[in-house]
Amino acid sequence: MAITADNDAFVVFDHVQKSYDGQTLVVKDLNLTIGKGEFLTMLGPSGSGKTTCLMMLAGFETATHGEIRLNGKNINDVPPHKRGIGMVFQSYALFPHMTVGENLSFPLEVRGMNSSERNTRIARALDMVQMSKFANRRPAQLSGGQQQRIALARALVFDPELVLMDEPLGALDKQLREHMQYEIKALHDRLGITVVYVTHDQGEALTMSDRIAVFNDGRIQQLAPPPVLYEQPENSFVAGFIGENNALRGKIEQLQGTKALVRLGNGDLIDATPVNIRETGQTTTVSIRPERVEFKPDLMPAGAHTLEAEVKDVVYMGDILRARLKVAGQDDFVMKYRNTLGQVKLTPGETIRIGWHPEDARALDPV
Amino acid sequence: MANALDPHAASATKASGLAPSGPLTTADGQPLTRALARSSRRARRRALLLVLPLLLFILITFVFPIGQMLQRSVKNDGFSANMPQLSAWFDANDRSVEPDEAAWGALAADLQAAAEARTIGVVGTRINYDVPGTRSLFTSAGRKVKDGVEPPFRAAMLELDEKWGDPKLWSAMREASSPYTGNFYLAAIDRARDENGSIVQAPEQQRIYVKLFMRTFWLSFVITCTTFLLGFPIAHLLATLPTRKSNLLMILVLLPFWTSLLVRTTAWMVLLQQQGVVNDILVWLGVINDNQRLQMIFNQTGTIVAMTHILLPFMILPLYSVMRTINPSYVRAARSLGATSWTAFRRIYFPQTLPGLGAGALLVFILAVGYYITPALVGGSSGQLISNMIAMHMTQTLNWSMAAALAALLLGGVLILYWVYDRLVGIDNLKLG
Repeated sequence: MAITADNDAFVVFDHVQKSYDGQTLVVKDLNLTIGKGEFLTMLGPSGSGKTTCLMMLAGFETATHGEIRLNGKNINDVPPHKRGIGMVFQSYALFPHMTVGENLSFPLEVRGMNSSERNTRIARALDMVQMSKFANRRPAQLSGGQQQRIALARALVFDPELVLMDEPLGALDKQLREHMQYEIKALHDRLGITVVYVTHDQGEALTMSDRIAVFNDGRIQQLAPPPVLYEQPENSFVAGFIGENNALRGKIEQLQGTKALVRLGNGDLIDATPVNIRETGQTTTVSIRPERVEFKPDLMPAGAHTLEAEVKDVVYMGDILRARLKVAGQDDFVMKYRNTLGQVKLTPGETIRIGWHPEDARALDPV
Repeated sequence: MANALDPHAASATKASGLAPSGPLTTADGQPLTRALARSSRRARRRALLLVLPLLLFILITFVFPIGQMLQRSVKNDGFSANMPQLSAWFDANDRSVEPDEAAWGALAADLQAAAEARTIGVVGTRINYDVPGTRSLFTSAGRKVKDGVEPPFRAAMLELDEKWGDPKLWSAMREASSPYTGNFYLAAIDRARDENGSIVQAPEQQRIYVKLFMRTFWLSFVITCTTFLLGFPIAHLLATLPTRKSNLLMILVLLPFWTSLLVRTTAWMVLLQQQGVVNDILVWLGVINDNQRLQMIFNQTGTIVAMTHILLPFMILPLYSVMRTINPSYVRAARSLGATSWTAFRRIYFPQTLPGLGAGALLVFILAVGYYITPALVGGSSGQLISNMIAMHMTQTLNWSMAAALAALLLGGVLILYWVYDRLVGIDNLKLG
């Protein structure tokens, strides 16, 4: 779904800060605008403040400072039950003493809906998650994936415009999780609802989101669509947190517009794109994705700097091969290359030369 | 039995179900069930040995004496064993036959024999249960007939005391001529037999037991309610406070357990008596006048207050153990779905505490129904429970049969309540911790 998030401020966090103990800030000056119909993911390690943000939006925590707006209205003082926000919990929180049907009926009953209207809506919601036959079961009689679907149906049954999901797939096994990712995404596209999704699983974030807000240390480190986030990380934390990443430390030797030369610790020179670099002589961490590293000269751009690399080991992963290399004194440099017919066989101990397109190597803040 | 003990048995049978028909066998051809029984026999025997001491202990010190006690509620051979001739006459002649000369003769002979054997008191006591005030009739008659009675016996006996002609007395003796009787149960529900042997209500001023039973069950119900009202918020606090604070609170809750029952009860006397702390404070605050001091102890109020305090932990602990397992996200989910905090509590939180509430209520109620020492100390006369009456019959009137009948009725009442609870809530829903 195409989003023009900048001019459609459905959910707004305006200079929001949160502290639990009056000593430390869990959320430090959060500014975030979420567009209507957008699928926004808050991604970050545990303790990064993402769940706190979600709880403030849901109304279970109050912002210590700042304003949260929903649809243009300040909701700081609106209690959770008046916000009309659907929520899916990590533990599903299906009421154990009620059947699936009663669980779905609950939000409609508290809204004073009559029983015929309720039944149509429940049937529709159950149909939406393909669980129509399970209306009379108890949550304990359902598998994890089925409970997940019911939790989803319950959060959607009263037609909220905004749905919050707090690591909803965390308890499922890998296969089921991938399937549910697809289904949640499909539901989002079909219903046009706004979803704020919290996870610490970057794969989940990349496959589902329109935009991802990467949280660390109470701040948004980068807010961008998945491809931008993966290919153009703005700082070392994002580069390291999203996907696999090689980090090479060095000093800026030469700075020329969108190109930079970086001298590594052992004296080698490499090409890079300066990102948050201002001047020559600055220390930097250069980030390169393993699949963007080339070792065949014909695949590198003309005049590219190359580095000598010693193959430490090669792991066969089926679709790809993953080689661990010793580069510039570091032996944790990873290169991935496709397992094609007639692919060059690298053997441990062999010395090769590697290089890359300058666009793929990003000179970021030093770690 | 083997399957019930071993959860793997069923699946093992299913998993090895390769043979299309016939009983399954092990690799060397033995029937699988027998092999399983043999393999688990050792473990079962060892388990039995472990519980054997306790089993014997319960049998010897609990089941056996209680069985004996309950037997006393229907059996009392105080009359039948010591008055054999008269008992034989009652056996031979039914109720319609007026006592003839032979009966009077048997009575006189039995009285004489019983007086000699010094069992005349036992006989008198037995009849005294059914016809109050007759014990002395027997003992004095026993003294007088020592030297023998000359026929005609009827006239002679009536000359000793006119009361011997009372048809009610004869009816009671007829009842007592069999060692087994339901009269104690009748008495326990304020009923008696008249001279014709039909069941009638006891005289108004003697009807005490039904009232006491009602009061016992009512007070137990009230105490259960007050422990619930006081205990529920505390249990909730315990379950939701941070561990450090909740541990401290838990100690406060358990403190009554570690204090002697007598000390606690005495403390309530100090607090609640007319010249006690609570009344002093009320007077000092001007809520009441000095001459209007409240009577808060040695009546029902005292019983309720003291027993609520003593039984509170039995309500709090099961509630707490259940509340601790309730994930706070349930209430959050309910709130996010549009429920006010009251609706979320009423429809989501409270129903999930029911197993703990049921266990707590059942515990408190059953303990309260049988409570003895606290009502005896602080109950005054209006706060006495049926257990105090049982104790009285055990220790003062020595009418153990009556005590046993009352106790059996109490036990029956509790079992009925237990059964009702099982039907309404289900005993498997009980969570004691």
